[in-house]
Amino acid sequence: MKNTVRYFAIFREQAGLEKEVLEWPGGSAGELFALMAGKHALLQAQAAALVAINDEMSDWKTPLKEGDEVLLFPPVAGG
Amino acid sequence: MFSITDTDIDIAAAKQAVSGNSCGALVTFEGWIRDHNEGQAVDRLEYEVYRPVAVAEGNKVISEALLQFDISHAVCVHREGLLELSDVAVIVCVSSAHRAAAFDACRYIIDEVKTRLPIWKKEHYSSGKSEWVNCQHCASHQ
Repeated sequence: MKNTVRYFAIFREQAGLEKEVLEWPGGSAGELFALMAGKHALLQAQAAALVAINDEMSDWKTPLKEGDEVLLFPPVAGG
Repeated sequence: MFSITDTDIDIAAAKQAVSGNSCGALVTFEGWIRDHNEGQAVDRLEYEVYRPVAVAEGNKVISEALLQFDISHAVCVHREGLLELSDVAVIVCVSSAHRAAAFDACRYIIDEVKTRLPIWKKEHYSSGKSEWVNCQHCASHQ
């Protein structure tokens, strides 16, 4: 299965790239995060991070579909 | 209505947007850039925003406030880009017939905006270092 993964703020700096296409067996958003956190040494607890799928806020348990774009948001700090 | 801007927030326009003859109260919250955070001297601050999701989620927060509280109108505007000390980073304006609901709704909106929207801030310190706010602490909680 192919999914596009996008990184923001500190995740982008830690990964050293803005986005990439992942080919993998598939799974949930949380499983994708764990995979990419290991690959890029993203030093953030998943519980403090947020995820959006195809520009809609989602949660880590959501199963991903072929072609979904997954946005990995590090801990936010608006205001 | 929620919006993002990369120029100075027009505070008068935000207040005007929530005005109405049935309103007896206007509550506003302004978030300013301050010169210190957690013991470090701050020179300036940089906001990164992912607009498609931030605007949609921000408008969802405003809609929730309009449903949950007895208010007339609510507006929130957030900055992105590089901000200097004392710049306004965010404004929330809420109007209502009576003040209590406007106070509650204003608090609700700013609290939700701070925790739900994909907005990040990088503080640039007088020491020359810079750090993404909230991220360093989370790393230590792993």
